[in-house]
Parts: sequence; C-alpha cells; structure tokens
Amino acid sequence: MNIKKILPQLLTLLVVILIFGFFSYNAQVNMENRGISFGYGFLSQESSFDVQFSLIEFDGSHSYFRAYLVGLLNTILVSVIGIIFATIIGVVVGIARLSNNYLINKTAAVYVEFFRNIPLLLQIFFWYFAALRALPLPQDTEPMFGVFFLTIKGFFVPAIIWNNLDIFIYSIIAAIISISFVRIYARKKQENEGIQTPVLSISIGLLLILPILSFLFGGVDASVEVPVIKQLSQSGFTFEGGIKLPPELISLALALSLYTATFIAECVRAGVQGVSKGQKEAAASIGLTPNQVLKLVVMPQALRIIIPPTTNQYLNLTKNSSLAAAIAYPDLVLVFAGTALMQTGRAIEIVSITMLTYLSLSISISIFMNWYNKKIAIKEK
Amino acid sequence: MNKLNFLQPDKNNLNNYLYTGTILVALSIFIVFLNSFFNKDLISFLPGTLSFFLPLILGFIGLHLIRIEYSGLKFLDSINKHINTNNFNAFLSLLIVFVVIKSLPPLLSWFILDANIAGDSKDVCTGTGACWTYIKIWFNRFMYGMYPNAEQWRINLSFIALAFLGTIGFFATEKFKKYLTLYYVVIYPVIAFFFIFFFISGGPIFFDFSYGIIAAVISIIIGFFIPSKFKMYYFIIVPITLYILLKYVFFYEELIELGKLEALEWVETGAWGGLSLTFIVSFFCLIFCFPIGLFLSLGRRSDFPIIKYFSIGMIEFWRGVPLITVLFMSSVMFPMFLPEDMFIDKLVRVIIAISLFEAAYVAEVIRGGLQALPRGQYDAAKSLGMGYWKMHILVILPQALKLVIPGIANTFLALVKDTPLIFVVGLLEIVGMLNLAKTNPEWLGFAMEGYVFASVLFFIICYAMSKYSYNLEQKYKTER
Repeated sequence: MNIKKILPQLLTLLVVILIFGFFSYNAQVNMENRGISFGYGFLSQESSFDVQFSLIEFDGSHSYFRAYLVGLLNTILVSVIGIIFATIIGVVVGIARLSNNYLINKTAAVYVEFFRNIPLLLQIFFWYFAALRALPLPQDTEPMFGVFFLTIKGFFVPAIIWNNLDIFIYSIIAAIISISFVRIYARKKQENEGIQTPVLSISIGLLLILPILSFLFGGVDASVEVPVIKQLSQSGFTFEGGIKLPPELISLALALSLYTATFIAECVRAGVQGVSKGQKEAAASIGLTPNQVLKLVVMPQALRIIIPPTTNQYLNLTKNSSLAAAIAYPDLVLVFAGTALMQTGRAIEIVSITMLTYLSLSISISIFMNWYNKKIAIKEK
Repeated sequence: MNKLNFLQPDKNNLNNYLYTGTILVALSIFIVFLNSFFNKDLISFLPGTLSFFLPLILGFIGLHLIRIEYSGLKFLDSINKHINTNNFNAFLSLLIVFVVIKSLPPLLSWFILDANIAGDSKDVCTGTGACWTYIKIWFNRFMYGMYPNAEQWRINLSFIALAFLGTIGFFATEKFKKYLTLYYVVIYPVIAFFFIFFFISGGPIFFDFSYGIIAAVISIIIGFFIPSKFKMYYFIIVPITLYILLKYVFFYEELIELGKLEALEWVETGAWGGLSLTFIVSFFCLIFCFPIGLFLSLGRRSDFPIIKYFSIGMIEFWRGVPLITVLFMSSVMFPMFLPEDMFIDKLVRVIIAISLFEAAYVAEVIRGGLQALPRGQYDAAKSLGMGYWKMHILVILPQALKLVIPGIANTFLALVKDTPLIFVVGLLEIVGMLNLAKTNPEWLGFAMEGYVFASVLFFIICYAMSKYSYNLEQKYKTER
C-alpha cells in the first residue's frame, strides 16, 4: 500500500469524523442547556393532541408512538390511492401518446407537458384552495347515483358493514392460492403435453365461486350504509353514516396521481417504443395474431423497460405525499414531525425517526428493484 | 351508376359518400358549436338521451362514410390517416373535438370576456370571470415578496446584469471560446454570488466590494478581446487599476458627498420573496449542486473504499428522504448541531439543504453517463500516461456530461419545481406569497386567479427549460 492511496481516504475519514464530532458535541451542549436528555422514551408518553382523520382510533390519551402509527398509516393510505390512480391514468395516457390518431396523441402530449411542468405543491394548493372550495355545501348537494355526496366538506360514500369479514378474506386468499396452483399445473401440462388449459376463465371462476360460497355457507353478510344528511345547527349540515373522505385527502390524492401519471405515461411510452420493430415483424411473420403479438412478444419486453422507472415513480409519489403537511392532511410529517415535535421539542429524535422511516421504505424498495432487475434481465448466452 | 353500399364505402362512388359524410360531420360540429357558443339547442325537440348523443352519432356515421382508402384526394387521405383510421379512432376524435368546442366558451369567458383588470380595488370585480385586478395589485408582492418597494430596482438591476453576463457566451469570438467553461463554472457564479449577497442584501459591506465587482466584470468583458500574448499582464494590471480608478477618482468624492452610494439599505433575507426568491434559490442550488454531485459520482466510482462508501451513503441518504423532511431538518434540527452563539441565516441553510439534496440526484445522473462510456476510453487515456484528474477532465467528463444533458436538465427542472417547498421554513416565494395574499381580508376569494397565474409562470419557465435542454441535447449529440 502506498501513501498515495491511503492519504486521501484518511483525510476524508478525518473530515467526516471531525464534522460529526463537532455536531454531536454541540448537540450535547445545547440539549444540556435546555435541560432535555437524548432518548426515545418520550414515545410511550401521552400525546394529548387530537388528529382530524385517522384510520385507527386515536385521541389525546394515546401515546406518541400511536401518533406515529396514525401518521404512517395516513401516508400509506394516500400513497396507495395515488399509486392506483396514477397507474391507471398513466397507462391510458401513455398508450394515447403512442396512438397514430393525431388528436389523441396531441391531447395526451398537452396533458403530459402541462401537468409535468407545474410544481406539485402548486397543484395541491390549486385543488385544495381553489377547485374543491367551489363545491356545494352539504345541504345543496345533489347525490351522484343516489348514494355519493361530493361536498365542500368532503366526499361521502356509503360504507359496507361486514359480518364475519375474516371468513370472506380467507376465502379470497384461498382462491388466490388455488389459482397459483392451477397456473403451475397448466404450465407443466403445456410443457409436457402441449395442451393449453383455459387458465383465465378458471381463475375468474375461482375468484367468484369461493367468495360466493363464503356468503352462502360461511355466515358472511354485508349491508350498505348510505350517508344521510343531518342538521347540526341553523345553517350547519353534515352527513352521518358512511365513510367520509376529507377534502385534504381528495385534493392530495388528485394532485399526486395527476402529477405522477405524467411521468408514468412517459415510462410506458418509452417502454413500448423501446421494443424494436423487428420483434413485432418477426412475431407477425411466424403467424401470431396482433393480440398474441402484443401479449406474448411486445408486452413482456416492454414491461422489462417500464417497471423499474415506474417503481421509481411510485417511490417519488410516496415521498411527495409528505407535501400533505402544506394542506394539513395528517400524514407522517404533519402529525409526527409537526405536531409531536412542537409539543415535545425533541427535534433530533423525531426528525431522525421520520427520515429513517422514509429511508427504510426507499431502501427496501430499491433492494427489491435490484433483485427484480436481476431476475428479469435477459440472460444472454 | 354503381350501387351504393353504406356499410362499405368505396372509391367508385367517392363523391356520393364524400358529400353525405362531410355534410353529416359538419352538421354534427355545427350543432355542438351553436349549443356551446350561442346556447341554442337545434335538436331540443328530440327526447333527452337522443338529443345528447345525436351529434356524436351523426358525426360517427359521417366519418365512417368518408373513410375511403386511396381516394386520391390529398386532404381526405391525410384526415383518414391521422384522425379517422377506424371506428374507435373516429369516435375518440369526435369526442375530443366536441369536448374542446364545449369547453372553449366557459374558459374564454373566465379568462378574457368576463374578466376584470381595470381599477385598483376589489369592487371592480363584478363579472363572473377572473379578477385580474387582484394579480395587478399584488404583482409587486408576487415578484419581490416583502422586499421594500423603494429598493426593488436593486433586484431588477442584478437580474438584468446577471442575464446580460450570462449571454456573453453567445458573443465570444471563436478565439475565446475555450475560456467560456472557466467563465461559466467559476467566474460567473462568483460574480452572481457577490451581486446577490452584497447588492440585493445590501448593507455596509457593499461599498468596497462593489468597486471590486465592477472592476472585475469590466476587465473580464474587455479581456475577451485582448490578444492572448498580453493576457497575463492584462489580468494583473487592469483590474487593479480599474479598482483604484473607480474608488479614488471617478466615484468616490462625488457620490459619497451626494450620499448616493453611501450604503445600500440592508434587507434581511426574511423579507425576500416572490418569484425573485424562486430564481435566487434555484440559481444558487443549481451552481452548488452540480460540483457536489460531480464529486459524489466520481467518489462512488472510486477505488478507495472509504471514499466510495462515504459517497454511496451520502447519495442514498439524500435520495431516500423527501425534501420536506430535509427542510424540516435544516430548520429545527440543524440549529441544535451548531454552537450556541453561531447563527446561520435561514436562506443559507435552505440553499445548503436543497443543494445537498439535489446533488445526490445529479450524482446518480452523472454516474449513468460515466457507466455508459466504454472501457476503452479509460484504457486509452491511461495508456497516454494521464493521471486520474487529467484523464477525467480531458477525456471522461466531457463525453460523459454530454451524454447526461437531458438527465441533468430534468434534475434542474425538478429543483425549480421544488423551490416552493421553502415555505416550510417560513420563506415565501411566489406560491407562499399567493397563500399569504389569499388570506388577506381585503382580497378574499381570489385563490383561483392566483394559482392560475403562478401555474402559467411556472409552466413558461419549466417548458422553456425543457425545450432548451432538448436543443442542447440535439446540439451536442455525437454519433458513435
């Protein structure tokens, strides 16, 4: 080992250690001055604040750790909704971008250019403060299909009340497991005997029959609870029953999905265009129908190009959902890094937990992506 | 005369099909047009659903009739090829045309016809359209934030000067092109830094520095036209002479006595805001994040394990967290890490935070470019006896950076779009100012106008940037 190799590394190490040492020394001094000690014990203390919207029961008597869970669940909720809609819009727009119909193509292009070039925060504000504020008050709302109410106070949808929900879920899990067995069996049969099994219709049948059986024999029962308008005061109305989706959630999910969909659309377009023309021509020349060409030749190759950047966009969407703090949707950043931090004053602990949560999320997804990329990579001999 | 088969239009009866089809399509568009622009319903006598769908059905049949391959009419063929290839496409095309016709009148009326811009108070906004008076009154605030009105010329002057200095590259003669990289990478950012921190911020330090800046700028501009033989002497002698001249001969006596340049009023960064702050923040982050990202990407590919893992750690950390938590960290956690008596300005903290954050993305983009270069380039450079730095500066980076222009432009675009987030630490750039103006009791209820205005501004900026990056990409594309 020569000095030229060791010296730069030692210098880097020294600088890093010095900076960290400087920071942690100052942090210790500062915390001593303020009379707080470093530690995560505060997580079990009583939080004594309330959260507007939470998936699990929460009030002031619960601990800070539960507040963290509430925030995390809300983040996951809005991310999942956003991901679902962004994928649907993105795929449709991406395919429209590929259309040889001039009008469709240009419309999709205008959509992509427009929503991509406006800051996400501005879009969230637009939907929350401008667009959704134009909705009618609860008492003036016309129901959609008789059961959905889109009002300024939120979107009220009917709730489904289940009896023995667990049995229903078990039946779906059983259906999924048996479908995977059918698929394995079908593939083996095709490889050995060359006979194709109608996997799709069997799968749909299983997915329908097992849950229906659970209704008939498993004691599963579902009823619908429609929201009903209720007068609170002279001019104050609200809806009772059903599920209330607060306007914060709607505007956030809307903005996130419209914004991310533009990126997904570009991923889809790049993926389909990335499949070389020769592949399609070769497939057509061996007598595959256009549908088969799409299903057996183009899509498997296009997906290989589409999926990695799209996963990246899902990750971006999840990280962008932290903008919720700007419109007071109680996500992880607002509940934990906002309210809880203000109450406890434990900046280092709380910010570090919040960052670690996001960090572990993105690192686990990127590890999964690396594994996936390796698995689907074309193995050239 | 051939038989007409309406299910399969063919070329033999071209004119019959064409006339019928065109009339049907024109009729359907006419109905929708009248309905949307003049609010007249021609077909209201029909039952509800039918009158709603009739234009669509008419147009659909019409488009079906004119779908004749190789008709020999150029216009017809191009329509058939572009919007009318099959039934499904024809249906979608019609739908899009109708939606556009339907949505034009409300949009026009909101934006222009029923909008108000005259006057200077809320009372003039009586129409159903937009109230652009609101934007007009608040325009200064949206551009400059809380910056004092009397001092706003400083921002204008700095931006104009910087924009002018930025265009020098286009005027430089062939001879001085090689210095342009040095100019843009080192000299220009330094000048910009001085301009913004001592001119826009103001304060007593401005005084001495200003002469230095003016001297440096003038000498650099003239420097482009000096023969390289004398360049060294020139760059030593002229700036110093200019500085002395400026300080002691031209300006000093008169201006000090007049009290004009004595000292610019100091404007704290908390008062900066509006679109100018967007520009300032994105400009600085842009200058800082590029070199940091470059070093991180080189570090990640380094042979030294400590440097390599340090770079990987940095990149993955910043890429893994949302920007908003980084800003939270810079505002609530970072002060805990500093000595009690040490204080770093809010704006500086924000710029450092965003620069580090975007640097990680830039690093990954540049790494992509480095990995795309064939190994032969490294081997060739090494076989010429080049060291690490020489190899990278002369051979590797020029090629790698060319490859990643689109990626870097995308990162910079993301940076510009991320600047509104600085509202977290209480700095109000244009989106923040909008939210502030919206809550002003005098001007309640004009949120829509404000957001539309800001959206248009951002769209223009970002769209121009992305088009420019596309041009750059085309310009520097080298065939391999």
